[in-house]
Amino acid sequence: MTRVVLDPTGERTPARRERVERLPALAGRTVGLLDISKPRGEVFLDRIAARLEADGATVVRYRKPTFAKNAPVDLRQEIATTCDAVIEALAD
Amino acid sequence: MAPDGIVAFVRADCPTCQVVAPVLAGLAADGVVTIVSEDDDAGLEASWRQGIETVPTLVRLEGGEERERLEGWDRARWEAFTGVTGLGPGLPDWRPGCGSRTLDPGMPEELAVRFGGEVLRSRRVELAELEDEMEALFDRGWTDGLPVVPPTPARVLRMLTGTTRSPDEVVAVVPPDLVECTVEKVAVNAVLAGCKPEYLPVVLAAVEAACTEEFNMHGLLATTYFSGPVVIVNGPVATAIGMNSGVNALGQGNRANATIGRALQLVIRNVGGGRPGGVDRATLGNPGKYTFCFAEDEAGSPWEPLAVERGLPAGTSAVTLFAGEGVRGVVDQLSREPESLARSFAACLRTVAHPKLPLAFDAFVVVSPEHARVFRQAGWSKARLREEILGLLQLPGEEIMRGAGGIAEGVPESLRAATLPKFGPEGLWFVHAGGTAGLFSGIIGGWVNGATGSQPVTREVGT
Repeated sequence: MTRVVLDPTGERTPARRERVERLPALAGRTVGLLDISKPRGEVFLDRIAARLEADGATVVRYRKPTFAKNAPVDLRQEIATTCDAVIEALAD
Repeated sequence: MAPDGIVAFVRADCPTCQVVAPVLAGLAADGVVTIVSEDDDAGLEASWRQGIETVPTLVRLEGGEERERLEGWDRARWEAFTGVTGLGPGLPDWRPGCGSRTLDPGMPEELAVRFGGEVLRSRRVELAELEDEMEALFDRGWTDGLPVVPPTPARVLRMLTGTTRSPDEVVAVVPPDLVECTVEKVAVNAVLAGCKPEYLPVVLAAVEAACTEEFNMHGLLATTYFSGPVVIVNGPVATAIGMNSGVNALGQGNRANATIGRALQLVIRNVGGGRPGGVDRATLGNPGKYTFCFAEDEAGSPWEPLAVERGLPAGTSAVTLFAGEGVRGVVDQLSREPESLARSFAACLRTVAHPKLPLAFDAFVVVSPEHARVFRQAGWSKARLREEILGLLQLPGEEIMRGAGGIAEGVPESLRAATLPKFGPEGLWFVHAGGTAGLFSGIIGGWVNGATGSQPVTREVGT
């Protein structure tokens, strides 16, 4: 006898998306640094910013209101439209 | 569907139906009655849709609506019902009917799927002949590590009888994948969890509460912290479905407590896609992440129920969700004065997360009957107890700054001269539960609180 059960999952089919192409060089590019508001995240990002700027990149700093929640849509949108690349700090 | 007028439902192997067959044949020939036999599929479906329990049954239909019903054979009542006299002169005056075929063993489930199954939208997964049913569900990743009840269409349909809501109604958008979750999907997961249909409204309310911006289920799931959703049930529904608020209220052994909390976690796992090692990044977690659900003992409480304190009218069935870790015990067998017991509570509450960390974590205190008695006898309200404890937990910066007491953890040294409260004004909650013996209470520590973390959410339980 065939036994049938119902799928308890969201039955999502993830959309396949290609990765954006890797930047050939950082010079002249805009790199966003997203601080997720964990303690001392800025220590890590300050260092990264200095390194990126030394390579000729323009650095734009962003900050999530709280590490405990997703980044607001507006913030994600702004990063996506302003930056060529983004680095998110998960420091503690 | 059965036609209008008087319809007689019968089945061939019912002795009473056989006895009245000539009577029915006569009435049918005169156009008074339409005979519907449960022995053919159309008749069986009509009988199932009409909810026939006994054969023969006469039903008067007007515009498809049932107006009147008569079960078994009773000459006088049949004559009154049909308006025809002199029915079955050779027959006994009265004979009881037989059970409807729709109620034969196994039939309700089978017919629910055959005639009512079209409401189900979930993907049907056929298990292979040689697959062990229980293992198959593990293999598909649908369990929390414990065996689950296979969600067959019949079981899901039965679960759906627990709510008046439509199976395709969207209950919530479930994190982390932000998937629209229907009543049906909640029901499927409630079956997996082992719920009874009457628990479903509580599960639905818990899912709704969990998936709010204030509760922040995504963050709670993703955190490295211990916490998970704790479900506290208030109001008449708790008693109606047999929840435990007494002996071992926070422990194992009660089906409703165990499976409601589990169903919520399975919805997060299966519908939302939140799995340990995936978005769930807990360092240690806690055993309550399998399930953590209990009812408040309102009848024995000296205080207003939690849901009332949180703004719902008395007598409302409700769930309150709290982002809680495990339970730590408070032992105080000697305090008979509320001041002393409040000090014990405060001393233990100070350890939530860390004795040197203020303000970041809320807490629930589960006050047991023997401890509650001390406050009742002294006439202390919940508000009074809260105020007392908050007052006792004003922590001097000097004691809690980094390095103080030889412990690196703490607040920055710049706060040395400050006084910091352990809990904010909305950071401490009390609920009454537990067995009548034991001068113990329980503390459930919270997670990151307030608008930047998770706030308790209370939702009325619907139907």
